[in-house]
Amino acid sequence: MALTASPPAEPAEAAGVTKSPAPQAATDAAGLGRARASVFVAPALALIAAFLVFPALWTLYLGITNYRLTGVAALRPRVVGLDNYARALGDPEFLNSLWLTLLFVIGSAVIGQCVLGFVLAWTLRAVPRTVRTVVELLVMLAWILPSSVVAFLWIALLDRDGGTLNVLLNTPGMAWLIEYPMLSVIIFNAWRGTAFSMLLFSAALNGIPPSQLETARMVGASGWQQLRDVVLPHVRGHILTNLLLISLWTFNDFSPFLITAGGPNGRSETLPVFVYNTAIPGGQLGFGSAVSLLMLLINLVLAVVYLRLLKQRRA
Amino acid sequence: MSPKELVGRVGLYVLISLITVFMALPVLWLLFAPFDASPTLSTSLPDWTGRNFGELLRNPDALPSIGISLVHALGTMALVTSFGALAAYALSRVKIPGRDGLLYALLLLSSIITGTAAMVPIFTLMTQIGLVDTQLGVVLVLTGGMLPTAIFILKDFMDGIPRSYEESARVFGASPLQILRDVVLPVVRPGLATIAVWTVVQVWGNFLTPFILLRQAERPAAVVVYTFYTEGGQADLGLISAFSLLYSIPVVAMYVFVNRRYGFRFHGGIKR
Amino acid sequence: MADIVLEQLVKEYPGGVRAVDGLDVTIEDGEFFALLGPSGCGKTTLLRSIAGLETVSGGSIRIGGRDVTRLAPGARDIAMVFQDYALFPHMTVRDNIAYPLKIKKVGKQERAEKAEETAEGLSLGGLLERRPGQLSGGQQQRAALARAVACHPQVFLFDEPLSNLDARLRLEARTFLKRLQRDLGVTTVFVTHDQAEALAMSDRMAVMEAGRIRQIGTPREVFQRPASTFVAGFIGSTPMNLLDATIDRDTVRVAGTSVPLPESARAHVRDGEEVVYAARPEYMTFSTEAADAGIEGTVAIIENMGVGSLVSLEVGATIVQVTVPEGQEPPIGSRGWAVAAPQRVLVYRRDDGELVGSERAPALAEA
Repeated sequence: MALTASPPAEPAEAAGVTKSPAPQAATDAAGLGRARASVFVAPALALIAAFLVFPALWTLYLGITNYRLTGVAALRPRVVGLDNYARALGDPEFLNSLWLTLLFVIGSAVIGQCVLGFVLAWTLRAVPRTVRTVVELLVMLAWILPSSVVAFLWIALLDRDGGTLNVLLNTPGMAWLIEYPMLSVIIFNAWRGTAFSMLLFSAALNGIPPSQLETARMVGASGWQQLRDVVLPHVRGHILTNLLLISLWTFNDFSPFLITAGGPNGRSETLPVFVYNTAIPGGQLGFGSAVSLLMLLINLVLAVVYLRLLKQRRA
Repeated sequence: MSPKELVGRVGLYVLISLITVFMALPVLWLLFAPFDASPTLSTSLPDWTGRNFGELLRNPDALPSIGISLVHALGTMALVTSFGALAAYALSRVKIPGRDGLLYALLLLSSIITGTAAMVPIFTLMTQIGLVDTQLGVVLVLTGGMLPTAIFILKDFMDGIPRSYEESARVFGASPLQILRDVVLPVVRPGLATIAVWTVVQVWGNFLTPFILLRQAERPAAVVVYTFYTEGGQADLGLISAFSLLYSIPVVAMYVFVNRRYGFRFHGGIKR
Repeated sequence: MADIVLEQLVKEYPGGVRAVDGLDVTIEDGEFFALLGPSGCGKTTLLRSIAGLETVSGGSIRIGGRDVTRLAPGARDIAMVFQDYALFPHMTVRDNIAYPLKIKKVGKQERAEKAEETAEGLSLGGLLERRPGQLSGGQQQRAALARAVACHPQVFLFDEPLSNLDARLRLEARTFLKRLQRDLGVTTVFVTHDQAEALAMSDRMAVMEAGRIRQIGTPREVFQRPASTFVAGFIGSTPMNLLDATIDRDTVRVAGTSVPLPESARAHVRDGEEVVYAARPEYMTFSTEAADAGIEGTVAIIENMGVGSLVSLEVGATIVQVTVPEGQEPPIGSRGWAVAAPQRVLVYRRDDGELVGSERAPALAEA
């Protein structure tokens, strides 16, 4: 091999002895160093601090004031202490809303999405590829369409006069959204969010070593026995993860507003909708903040439990 | 196949068919109504027409609202992807004091401070600093809300790059910025694409944030679709259905693109 | 070209673990130098310290007379080939090879020419437009070498360069790498945990344990006279026999037999001292008849090694291994005697494992 070229010119400091010791040399792979790394992190942290953390902290303050959107209290909000919280906990509308949210989470997430997602993940393993592709596409479609659009789809489906459901069931004039607002919203959300559970469970089921299922089959276990003895113990952790995540999301979901706006008469007013209705059109920012804080606390509990589980499983 | 197996098989397909009908039923309206000359809320095979789309083009709010959605989506995407990538890279490679706590806090924050739980203070904050009714305000709030998750997912991608790539470049004399530009960013491109698509899909469909923050200013498609009424005060179904279809196509196209290009990789909670 | 001088080099991690513990080594100009040791012995840390990827805690590193201890890796005029090759997956082979030149601001035209020329020399000619993912393991290794060669460094550093190749390719690559180094004449330090690799390729080698160098020497010296029981146990494809023994005047009592005390050790031991008697299986012969100074035992296991077999003799609770030529394997269960070639026998101290009489035996002077 021809090696004609001389070595590249040496850098300036190479000529003599290095006089001053180099600044604290970087010890990371890229030689980034802490100072530069901090600069890299700064813009993201600034935005997160300003538009995520600060508002959350501010709820604490707003929640103890009588701050309103308009009027005297808008200019000079007064600290009212824990009044807002006391009021919320004694407010039948709030309690009703809390109850509806619980129904919403249990009905649409825990029962609807989780069960449906598991059934889909399990059954789609046994069907031809084309069938699976079509079903998966539909499930994904429900998940990825913008919420404004899916809300209209369901309004159309459930409409009193010309709704598809009434045509199919031959029940003309049935006003589903007025007669059964909460049930409608629950079924809507089960439809909307099943994809996540399906994806998660598919991944989990794929993670089961085939040898374990084959062993079970070899000793003559039925499909049900395989499910109970091999599959469920394996995906128990995934089920828990899934339940916590979808509960968290469903709890904070605003799309019921797009279908029923909380009505009729607050019969489908879940907490997010309740907060919106009291704080923004209602103008009671202080009271709304107090309820928001209660929501944040519930979120916190769910998230901490979730992260605990995550850590346990990694350890 | 034994009779018992046969029954099981038939049962399986009946179950799948029922689920399929359940999943498909609502979507049919989106496919038929836009082309129906006299759309109602019921799904029926239409008298095919393109009239609804003509109306859509004439409507003064429809197309501009798609433009606003585009501004929100692309603006947020640019901020989330670039700031998220920088932060994720630094956090992946450098042990800044308190890094692990910071990451934990970010994960916690992103899951507990949701748009709905924080809408009151965000609305108040934006009003106070004069960013209510501005498109910038919407982009900033969306960016702040999405960055923690983006950083988390991107850090996963960054952690997957072998350190030897950077060390190798470093031995050749590349500066940290050269390494970032020539090695890290190209290698982590699938991750950036994932985050970019995720951001666009999220922002495109987001209703609450622009709904709260934009009062007089021009509003994006997600909000505008609720303002289409006929002169008689009825929901203008022809317009709404055509607009919904137009508005849905980009996210569906993007999903198909990502699915083809990278396979739908599963990242916990990527959708929300 | 340049020599590498390490003085009192220390690398201490937070928490006080010393991965490199006060090393003094001089690697000569143009030398092919191996760092050998078990995992965790500090050999990779030492290599990375020379590269500048680790900041040393004390001591100095000089390359070609220039103190580089505090210089950034890029300013040390070195090239490193990583265990996983670290070829950038998004660049073609050509761009990979040219990348260091691009960093050094070599013109585009010259870069392309040099990349091509280097690739040609490493028989990568037809593969320039491929991505690393489309290359075989051997080709990837050569591409990584080409990238290192193309920037004409003063020093090559190889981190386990062969460990990602399968066994057969590894033998080919050994020869290839040795020839490449000889042709280029560039000072080269390479890390390996495979003693056969170190013996086969290096001009000199250092055997490391727990951050310290246990022995430096040519492969022959290290193989024939390991400086300690640790080195003795580590070097050689069959493990060296290390038998507890006691000095008995001019002989050594080992496994119930009296064998002669080696010449080189004679002046350095006391009568009655507890020692370790060491002989390589290859330096022992097997006899089916009682032999003078032979250790007697029962044939327990026979392992076929291709050209010969390794016979394990049970002598009470100890095992003595000896190689026998092809076709001369004794039956299992038979009695046999293992006799060591007297000038090949070594004696180590029981307490610290050091070789007794560490000066080189005259009979073993290198040819």
